[in-house]
Amino acid sequence: MLHIKCPHCGMRSQNEFSYGGDATIKRPELGKEISDQDWDNFVYNRKSLRGKHWELWQHLSGCRQWIKVQRDTATHEIFKTLKANEEIS
Amino acid sequence: MTQSFRLESGGLINRDKKISFRFNGKNYFGYEGDTLASALIANGVHLIGRSFKYHRPRGFFGAGVDEPYAIVQLYRNGETEPNIKATEQELFEGLEAKSVNCWPSVNFDVGAINNFLKIFLPAGFYYKTFMWPKSFWYKIYEPFIRRAAGLGTASIKHDKERYEHKYEYCDVLITGSGPSGLASAYSAAKNGAKVILAEDKSRFGGTLLTSDVNIGNQSGKEWADSIVSELKEMPNVTVKNRSQVFGYYDHNMLVMSERISDHLPKTKKFHPKQRLWYIRAKEVLISSGSIERPIVFGNNDTPGVMLSSAAKEYMKVYGVLVGKKPLVFTNNDSGYETAIEFKKNGIEPIILDTRKEPQSEIIEEAKNMNINIKNSYVVVAAQGYKKVKSADIAKISDDKEELGSVENIKCDCICVSGFWTPTIHLASQSGNKTKFNEEIDAFVPGISKQNEKTLGAANGIYTLEETLKDSFEKGNLLSKKITNNENKVSFPNVVEKKSTVHDKFWCVPLPKGKNYKRFLDFQNDVAVSDIEIALKEGYRSIEHVKRYTTLGMATDQGKTSNLNGLQLVSKIENKVVPAVGHTTFRPPYSPVSIGAIVGREVGKHSKPTRKSPMHSWHEKNNAVFVDAGVWLRPRYYKRGDENLFEASKREAKNVRTNVGVCDVTTLGKIDIKGPDAAEFLNRVYTNAWLKLPVGKARYGVMLREDGIVMDDGTTTRISENHYHMTTTTAQAANVLSHLEYYLQLVWPELNVNVVSTTEQWAGAAIAGPKSREVLKKLFPNTDVTNEGLPFMGYMEGDLLGVKAKIFRISFSGELAYEVNVESDYGYFMWEKIIEVGEEFGIQPYGTEALSTLRIEMGHVAGSELDGRTIPYDNSLEGLLSNKKDFIGKRSLSRKAFVAEDRQKIVGVVPLDKKTSIPEGSHLVKDSNAPLPNPKLGYISASCWSVEHDNPFSLAILKDGKNMIGEKLFVMSPLKNKVIPVEIVSSHYVDPKGERVRS
Ligand SMILES: [Zn+2]
Repeated sequence: MLHIKCPHCGMRSQNEFSYGGDATIKRPELGKEISDQDWDNFVYNRKSLRGKHWELWQHLSGCRQWIKVQRDTATHEIFKTLKANEEIS
Repeated sequence: MTQSFRLESGGLINRDKKISFRFNGKNYFGYEGDTLASALIANGVHLIGRSFKYHRPRGFFGAGVDEPYAIVQLYRNGETEPNIKATEQELFEGLEAKSVNCWPSVNFDVGAINNFLKIFLPAGFYYKTFMWPKSFWYKIYEPFIRRAAGLGTASIKHDKERYEHKYEYCDVLITGSGPSGLASAYSAAKNGAKVILAEDKSRFGGTLLTSDVNIGNQSGKEWADSIVSELKEMPNVTVKNRSQVFGYYDHNMLVMSERISDHLPKTKKFHPKQRLWYIRAKEVLISSGSIERPIVFGNNDTPGVMLSSAAKEYMKVYGVLVGKKPLVFTNNDSGYETAIEFKKNGIEPIILDTRKEPQSEIIEEAKNMNINIKNSYVVVAAQGYKKVKSADIAKISDDKEELGSVENIKCDCICVSGFWTPTIHLASQSGNKTKFNEEIDAFVPGISKQNEKTLGAANGIYTLEETLKDSFEKGNLLSKKITNNENKVSFPNVVEKKSTVHDKFWCVPLPKGKNYKRFLDFQNDVAVSDIEIALKEGYRSIEHVKRYTTLGMATDQGKTSNLNGLQLVSKIENKVVPAVGHTTFRPPYSPVSIGAIVGREVGKHSKPTRKSPMHSWHEKNNAVFVDAGVWLRPRYYKRGDENLFEASKREAKNVRTNVGVCDVTTLGKIDIKGPDAAEFLNRVYTNAWLKLPVGKARYGVMLREDGIVMDDGTTTRISENHYHMTTTTAQAANVLSHLEYYLQLVWPELNVNVVSTTEQWAGAAIAGPKSREVLKKLFPNTDVTNEGLPFMGYMEGDLLGVKAKIFRISFSGELAYEVNVESDYGYFMWEKIIEVGEEFGIQPYGTEALSTLRIEMGHVAGSELDGRTIPYDNSLEGLLSNKKDFIGKRSLSRKAFVAEDRQKIVGVVPLDKKTSIPEGSHLVKDSNAPLPNPKLGYISASCWSVEHDNPFSLAILKDGKNMIGEKLFVMSPLKNKVIPVEIVSSHYVDPKGERVRS
């Protein structure tokens, strides 16, 4: 079970969180023309990376904040966690 | 029965307390402190089971967790448990155990015919034979295997025992209480660290209990006892016996199973049977010791062949002789300790040492005791079927290839020592890159991935002095880092016998003309010849060889077999062992009972049960409940002898003709506040929300980004910047997360807050033509006329002093209202509704009637919004705004979603107007078409229409919009039903929707 540092609450066990997928995906702007291909990429297409990966988790049984977590998908090492409004660098 | 193999004195057992037990129907007795194994050996019982594949007789091989043979079916306090190791099970009064793997009995086993036909069961036998023909699998092979194999029988009864889970944090977790565990725990504890010391066995001390050493001025055991009692007194230390750390997971989380009651005849009141600990440790010190390695020779699975360290443990801990004419077969000095112990107890052992001229302190001692030592000698084969009767021995050449002439000597046990294998399981599970240590011919931990260090024998360090020094130091250093506190412990003087190196010899060659089975894996019956076949057939990767031959795949996970298997592969392949590599170690280290893993979350406790504030009223009024997610909801209210069908029909009919009341507390409720709330709703829902006036409700549908309907419900504008959203019961949690996702991550510029208020409000739906009359009585001071409170209107009311929210919304299709009050007043509100509604014939109705009412109205719910349908499919396309964008809108123009013959909701009526249609049935054009019969759609929900008094269903049907009036067939292969039906509109009642506005 992972140990995740919620930027709001501190170190917590994985079972307080739910997973939210790739954190680098940006939702296309509302009301803007978008090609089928670009929309498909937003909705469906994800890289299944091996290695460092920025992903979303929600601290569901805690502060209910969505957070960004940089984790190695192979080793599960967690390098960094950010609040929802902090930019990935 | 007399304990003919029990020594007159000695051991750590309590001879004052006799304990009686039964094995295979016979009565025996042992002493307090015995294991089932030690007590059976004391009674001269050496045959305990049959092997998995060949059903060869099985005795005892070890004295603990490494035991591959002695697995029994245990009976305790009216319950039974399979796969119990007799070497681990402590004796208790009334214990009963039986052999497994033998039929009809351990002494006469029909399956043993496999042994004599073993040519049919080589490596990969299961893969080769049982592949073809396919039909044989079900009829012949599987029943055969099920009968002949297996390791006992799982109980099918409900387990009455309690198992608990515990979460714990500590600075240092130490796994094992041998010399390294005790020394490191002691120095870490002295530095003030929060320490957990876990010992798998009932006794602390590990090898200190059986080795002839001195620490300070004490014996090994005395030193261990004094350290343990001091640790137990320290408030920062938790000391646990019967507790095995079996898994090392990510981020230094380890799991430990504590056997609290397994050694007692009966679990004490309010005690659990076992407790599972989830431990998050800052540092882990692995002190799990090592396991003696067998030497492979002919018939080395015969009962009476066992590890030399086990023979010593039986003598020193339990006062039990494993034999009276022992042969000790060794390639190192450890065998001598066992031989000396025999000699001290008046037994004459013979030592066969594979080494030519070994010299050490302990060998001198053995010589001085006049023990018969044969150098450069090996056991070629054990003789005897159910017990060792003699051994074929021979001299072996210096290059270990040639055997001299074979002679036979009488013996009743063969104690084998092939040196020691570090127990690296936990280190390997943690991600540690293990490395091969040439000197000890085994793998040891290498570079750590997590905060873990391995100590003592588990790290390949076999001298006590070095072990203690290293462990004191590591315990001190690691804890100092955490506590910033140092209390150095002075290092005690250690006296131990110096030993010499071991002989890297592990497998005795076959004598000419003999074809003895030489076993590597004793539980799965994997012999040297099986590995040879696998390699001949082209298997190379050790992981493949393992799976093909099942080497190391039994419940002992190859604790005594893995390394010899690697040695064999490396020899045949002409590679060094590290080039072959070892298979992956996975948790659990040793079997853990499913009960412990599940814990308290069983049956009714597997999820929390949520009840509405009106629950006790429903109970008092004969409600029959149904699980709705985690909620308990009344399904119907039973009157007299009514069944579900009759009761729900009565309740639904009463709503259509008079008035009914339904508990709708379970609906998800979300409070939405903020200046941008309208804009937010406008993006979340498919329809327009910017112009909804205060005091009005609106029905809305929300989509996922892929265009699939996520949920529906009504949202009401309470005040300018305040909305009250309702969701379906099932989707309440998901919708809240969904809203939070968009507010926190996608549109943080929107000034909106959301919070769940599901528990804050109790809700009652009052529905039916007379519902307004009920409302008037409930709220005499409020204008609830059609003008005062029109359809989709909202107002606040005063329910005898209780503030209430009144929504004029309808799920049943009748004139209807939903009244919400604060949860604490829910029961009061409900009683008042029933009281004032009496004169109008009000009846409570449950979820079954609720479903009937919505189905015949064609209102969609969870069974249509099932994660596979878009708005069009549910005839909700009228709610799609073309003036604005919203979540998921772009997906709706995908090709499949705009197809001409896209599926759509329809109504389905059986032609005979009698036959009920099972939910989930398929719709087909031709009931006699050859399979696979093209499926046109499926039945999503069924009811008995109370309006038309015949069955009615909703279906999602291909090209549904053009199918009205068509005749099709409903097919349910599960229920073996074929029903001719007509497709009708999904709005079976009041298609114009006049009633809700009346
Ligand atoms: Zn948090």
